[in-house]
Amino acid sequence: MAEIHVNTLQDKTKGGVKSRRAFAYVLLSIACVFCLIWFYILIINATRSKGELTKGFTPIPSTHLFENLNNALHGTQPILKGMFNSIFVAAMSSALSVYFSAMTAYAIHAYEFKLKKAIFTGILAIMMIPTQVVALGFLQLIDKMKLMDSFVPLIVPSIAAPIVFFYIKQYMESALPLELLEAARIDGAGEIRIFNGIVLPLLVPAMAVQAIFSFVGSWNNYFTPALVLSTDTKKTLPILIAQLRGADFLKFDMGVVYATIAFSIFPVVVVYLILSKYIVGGLAAGSVKG
Amino acid sequence: MNKKNKSVVSYNKWGYIFLIPFTVVFIVFQLIPLLSTIKNSFFEHYRDGLEVIGPRWVGLKNYGKLFSDGSFMTYFKNTMIMWVMGFIPQIILSLTFASWFSDPSLRLKAQRFFKTVIYLPNLIMASAFAMLFFTLFSTVGPVNDIIKGFQLLVGTIKDANDYVPYDFMAHTGSVRGLVAAMNCLMWFGNTTILLLAGMMGIDTSLFEAAEVDGATARQIFWRITLPILKPILIYVMVTSLIGGLQMFDVPQILTDGSGAPNNTATTLIMHLNKHLYSKNYGMGGALSVILFFITGVLSCVVFKFSGNEDKYGKA
Repeated sequence: MAEIHVNTLQDKTKGGVKSRRAFAYVLLSIACVFCLIWFYILIINATRSKGELTKGFTPIPSTHLFENLNNALHGTQPILKGMFNSIFVAAMSSALSVYFSAMTAYAIHAYEFKLKKAIFTGILAIMMIPTQVVALGFLQLIDKMKLMDSFVPLIVPSIAAPIVFFYIKQYMESALPLELLEAARIDGAGEIRIFNGIVLPLLVPAMAVQAIFSFVGSWNNYFTPALVLSTDTKKTLPILIAQLRGADFLKFDMGVVYATIAFSIFPVVVVYLILSKYIVGGLAAGSVKG
Repeated sequence: MNKKNKSVVSYNKWGYIFLIPFTVVFIVFQLIPLLSTIKNSFFEHYRDGLEVIGPRWVGLKNYGKLFSDGSFMTYFKNTMIMWVMGFIPQIILSLTFASWFSDPSLRLKAQRFFKTVIYLPNLIMASAFAMLFFTLFSTVGPVNDIIKGFQLLVGTIKDANDYVPYDFMAHTGSVRGLVAAMNCLMWFGNTTILLLAGMMGIDTSLFEAAEVDGATARQIFWRITLPILKPILIYVMVTSLIGGLQMFDVPQILTDGSGAPNNTATTLIMHLNKHLYSKNYGMGGALSVILFFITGVLSCVVFKFSGNEDKYGKA
């Protein structure tokens, strides 16, 4: 009885599945177009000269990319310096964040001590505090510490990164057997050596995923750097982009404006496309557990 | 035995030692700033030209002013309108895509490609993305060119010079719409992957049983998938709301910090940013503290539901 029922059901829905699949492909493709078309227009316009840009939009690239890039790099905005500043700040804060989050996670995971539960709950509780709501006190503090207009307040705070901590802690539960630590101790290894030499290598997959996210987060960050940095040669890319918006943009060579935007967007796009397998996978892995 | 216990205890002091960097940095760069932000909110302290007024204790006067001059409610409303305008299409798209990706009967190919592409906008520098949209939607930008071309084609205008460009930056609806569209574009891929992870955790025998009973794909989605996903949906919604309250980069760059037209696109954080630049510590502090409490309450909701995830999500 049940079998007959299933058969008729399949016959009935076979055509339905096909048309639903076609519909799904069409809608997904449209979504992809909407995700990519902006970057396509950006690339096209970055290759066109000032004169060509005023003639209206065409979907065909032109030949002035290097000219525009060259003008952008030698223009009034220190774009190249900005890029190095961005890379420096993002790389340092990503490295510190991942290393010390692993250390914090290790402390909670591998040891038994009185305040363990309280501290763990505490870290989870502060996870959602937005940086913006403490910005006022933060700025006053770094002003007192004479750290205004320096990279230190943009890098050092990333040591306390509850989200990175939580992700690595979750990963540890499946990837770090405590017996291993016992064995290392019997072999006479010190605690710091165990952490650096045995624990860290095991955590590389989780740390790599979080390093990418921390890097991108810092690379894209605009709010805090804009309040901290004031010297032109110290500014990071998002601040320079904002200045581009602030200037009377009609005076600009639009080809240069597009080249500058492309210059700040595409490094991340290229890295993402190379590492997308790990990024998209890591995202889902974190969310299942989280 | 005794000796072993002793050594375990001495190992365990390393738990505290390894926690030192996190704790010190947290206290210095988050806790102390938070406390001093709260303290600031009770003082009158601002600049009038070059003159510094205060600090002078005023109690809750800053909070009162924030509400009595209507600034908080105005900017809160702006922020919420733009968040809702972006979130509704975002959650519809994400639910649809996630249910397609996880539907075994559909057997969609190239899933990796689709996921990679729809997640891409999430990693783009929001300020550069906003600048890009500003140039694309400006009166002399490609979008107006395309509208002009279209109108010439269908014959609404006869000559290219007759075209009056639509100024996207001059209308409340179009500015808010652009901000919402960008937020939706930047976040729907992320939400899709989160929801997908939740859907993959649902026991497939539930679907099979429903199919045997003759349920349609639509019925399965509304009667099985959605109810099981409820905790994750609430989690997604509340975290998105927390993110929405922090909306800053996109409207700030798109409107050059002005919230044009008429401050209708000014968000709470843009308002806070203005206070921080003008060193109006009292009002900035009060606004920060209110935002801190709203976020705190919302976080509690998140924790309540992320704790339940195990119970329902992976049934």
